[in-house]
Amino acid sequence: MKGWLFRRAHFSQERIVLAITIALFVLFSATLNRFLTSANLLSLLQSVSVLGILGVGMAIVVIGRGIDLSIVAIMAIPVAWVLYMMNQGVPVPAAFALGLGFSVAIGVLNGLFIAYVEVPALFATLATGAFVYGFGRSQLFNQDIIYLPASASWIAAVGRMHVAQVPIAVVFFAAISLAGFLVLRYTKIGRFFYLIGENYLAARITGIPARPMIVIQYVLSSLVAFIAGTLTAAAVTSMNTRVVNSTLIYDVILVVVVGGIGLSGGKGGIRNVIIGTLLIGILLDGMTILDVRYTLQNLIKSIILLVAILVDSIVNPRDEQTDQQGDI
Amino acid sequence: MAGVDAFVRWRYRLVPDHIVGEILSKRWADNLIPFLFLLATILVFGANIRDFYTIGYLSDATRQLGEFLLVVIGMVIVMLGGGIDLSVGSTFALANIVTLIAMNVLGWPVWLALLATLVVNGMVGLMNGVLIGYLRMRAFLTTLVTLIMIRAVVDILLLKYSVPISGASVTSALWDYVGDGTLLGLPFSFVVALAIAAITHVFLSRSRPGWHVAAIGGSRRSAYNIGIPVRRTVCMTYVLSGMLCGIAGFLFAARLGGAGADTGVGLDLQALTAAVLGGNSLGGGRGSVAKGALGAVIVLIVINGLVRLGFQSGATSMVLGLILLMAVSIDVRWFKNRHKVLSKVYVSPMFFRLPPRPSTLPDSASPYALNDKLRDVEVIGLDRIEGPEDVILDRDDNLYCGSRHGDIVKFFGPDHQRSEIFAHIGGHPLGMAFDRAGHLQVCVGGMGLYAVSPAGEVRKMTDETNRSPRSIIDDARVRFADDVDIAPDGRIFFSEASIRYESQDWAVDGVECRPNGRVICYDPRNGTTRTVLRNIRLANGICMASDGQSLLLNETWACRVLRYWFDGPKAGKVEVVLDGLPGYPDNVNRASDGNYWLALVGMRTPVLDLALRKPGFRRRMARRIPMDEWLFPNINTGCIVKFDEQGNILDALWDLGGQNHPMITSMREHRGHLYIGGIYNNRIGKYRIPGADRNWTAQDHYWGPAR
Repeated sequence: MKGWLFRRAHFSQERIVLAITIALFVLFSATLNRFLTSANLLSLLQSVSVLGILGVGMAIVVIGRGIDLSIVAIMAIPVAWVLYMMNQGVPVPAAFALGLGFSVAIGVLNGLFIAYVEVPALFATLATGAFVYGFGRSQLFNQDIIYLPASASWIAAVGRMHVAQVPIAVVFFAAISLAGFLVLRYTKIGRFFYLIGENYLAARITGIPARPMIVIQYVLSSLVAFIAGTLTAAAVTSMNTRVVNSTLIYDVILVVVVGGIGLSGGKGGIRNVIIGTLLIGILLDGMTILDVRYTLQNLIKSIILLVAILVDSIVNPRDEQTDQQGDI
Repeated sequence: MAGVDAFVRWRYRLVPDHIVGEILSKRWADNLIPFLFLLATILVFGANIRDFYTIGYLSDATRQLGEFLLVVIGMVIVMLGGGIDLSVGSTFALANIVTLIAMNVLGWPVWLALLATLVVNGMVGLMNGVLIGYLRMRAFLTTLVTLIMIRAVVDILLLKYSVPISGASVTSALWDYVGDGTLLGLPFSFVVALAIAAITHVFLSRSRPGWHVAAIGGSRRSAYNIGIPVRRTVCMTYVLSGMLCGIAGFLFAARLGGAGADTGVGLDLQALTAAVLGGNSLGGGRGSVAKGALGAVIVLIVINGLVRLGFQSGATSMVLGLILLMAVSIDVRWFKNRHKVLSKVYVSPMFFRLPPRPSTLPDSASPYALNDKLRDVEVIGLDRIEGPEDVILDRDDNLYCGSRHGDIVKFFGPDHQRSEIFAHIGGHPLGMAFDRAGHLQVCVGGMGLYAVSPAGEVRKMTDETNRSPRSIIDDARVRFADDVDIAPDGRIFFSEASIRYESQDWAVDGVECRPNGRVICYDPRNGTTRTVLRNIRLANGICMASDGQSLLLNETWACRVLRYWFDGPKAGKVEVVLDGLPGYPDNVNRASDGNYWLALVGMRTPVLDLALRKPGFRRRMARRIPMDEWLFPNINTGCIVKFDEQGNILDALWDLGGQNHPMITSMREHRGHLYIGGIYNNRIGKYRIPGADRNWTAQDHYWGPAR
């Protein structure tokens, strides 16, 4: 009877993580008396919804065997620029159009370098992330933190809005997850992402427009990042560009990898992002209630991420014979 | 037209087109782009910063450079092995704080602090190494995670120790010297970095473990398959990187003596940019300490320069991001297209005008007139040999020939029906000659000059000659030894067809028509090898002339036979014996009547003769169309010609329909018969020479009768 236990479907990372999530939930519910309240659970969801939205953007790219390390910079800088322009008196629609155009342009830049120049995604996005942050901070505006102007306080009002007691950020997370799910599952483009991630060369030979698809992936992740940034700005009425140098990017990767989307591409879906987000959310919330220090939280998170990547490399092992050269 | 031709001739004689391809074929060519970038950086910042070139600025910069260089060297080692280490910034910060805790809080001596730092950082490197090397996790993400982990540890340590660290003061002369001292006028940390750079360079380029690192980076799969300990070696690279960061952090601590939350932040991006910018390949296999140092200098100049010029704090990040993006793009494209560029620019044709072609029509009065004399030759070894470029017979009538498989095949005389593999050399044997003692001297394509004893033992004679100082490609190695003959005093003269092409690319050399050939002399009496004659358009057949002081040399693409004096009053002189041949001469050998046999491997065509006067046309051809469709010299028809030392043509032997001997590269006279070889033939021909001496053998004639 060993067979059923080790059959892939029963042993997948997704199920393990789901089990751990439920176990943690039960554990915290039983031991922490402030945990299992609807207010806490909603604030838990709200606090991780931006992370989850970024996770959806990252998932789209990772499924196509890429990675977007510039996603946090794209979240912060164009939105900060939008706020800056509003402060300078630029009409709100124009400011948003310019900000959106900026983030799309970065996505296109990423895609072009990765798909056409064939720069490894890790390096291309690492470099564009540094570039975008530096460009924004030195050329577009000079402050670390840009505040929402008083004239646009309605945006902050939207940020505080609740739909049937559910915070707007959570609604957005749900909506973007649904959209991502529909795109990945039911559109041709979504299926192409999986095929490209599974076997890029085979996909290209089959006639799939692999290069344009890669550009679309990065544009989509940029758009998602812009939405996440706008939500953040609306929620806290400012944009702190120092978030680029924080560990947020690792949290995003954590969400995706822990959820069970293999970094070698072609696997997983939005469901994995939601599971990963819930795990991280429960973990962070529990640690905050337990009053664990921020630096220690980072240590714990990184150890979990390490274990997640380790499990990933054991479940999907690398083979010396079929390993891609230069695939670091 | 003559004026145009003269212009073209001088244009191609004066402009050394071939240099571009030769430079590109060198490994150091990879460093040219980073080096030019470095010059540009120095010029730009030197022009804009007032005291850029002053001692104070430089000494300040070198102190930083020392620390940064160590980090970059660590990154280079890891990248050469096909990995990446993003945790260097945090590891550096960890080393800094560990050193300061040891010195300021615990009051340890300097050497113990260094040891503690090295141990702690070695453990961090070992963690990375075990995870990536043994557990085979992906380097980028793993080190990204250890980056946060170690940063978290550093933050925790900072909270606990930052107050005691800043409160304590260290009184140690050695500690001050490490931080501020100079050695030979250079900052101590810089000297340390230089010493470690030199050691690492030797380690990577001259030691077995270093080679293993590069081999794994070049092809992990092949390295694994040939038994290199891949996992252990990869693990080692991370340990080294961690320890180098440890030394850097130690020096940093000695210099500044303080710990902050931003120590080492962004160092990973800077080190990565430096390594890639210097030309270290992502994915491994190609890289060196020198490349890393080049990149480190550039990055440091840019960072410091931007700060000095008063740019906003984000500008550094922007410029570094831009440089990294550009450097990675260039690296990827260069690595992918280098060989394509090289194959396009390497062939660099020259102008050459051949004399008019003599007629070969059957009813013309030409000495080369077509005939059918070779139609009925006897065939030896049909389908049992491949590619007998040269044939030779010993005193006992045994016949020897080379084969494509790297063997020398022996056919037993007198009927040459039975054969055996006489010796296996490994490369394709081309020209052959017997020396006085009966040893067979063989030119082997791609290998050099080899000797085979009568018992069949193979011995290398020479494969290296003197390096000419102005040649860009390495012309010391003999890559295309072609034909050989031996002077009466035992000196061995052999031709090297081309110094620019391997033996399988001989036809490309013909498209180029550049004087790439040479004659090399090996003296077995003292074992020296010297190049004696250069600038031959494919140096081919060699045969000693009757005076014992000169040799006949076939210059294939120039369609002529030269005579070169190596001794006597005319030593060093070259004369043309036969000019304007109707085909391309290959080998030349003695005939029984004191004259010479000459093999024409293929006949000239009017189109190629014209093309030789149009180097631009041939260059466009080489660049734009696949090699299969190039205009190549014809080698499908050839003949044998007999001539004397005065340059008179005495006879011509043809196979008109090309049934038995469409191409001929060599022929030997032996006891009234002519034995014929061809480099692409599957047979040896035996032609009875009317009226020839039935007892004449080349060995007895040249070396005297056997004792």
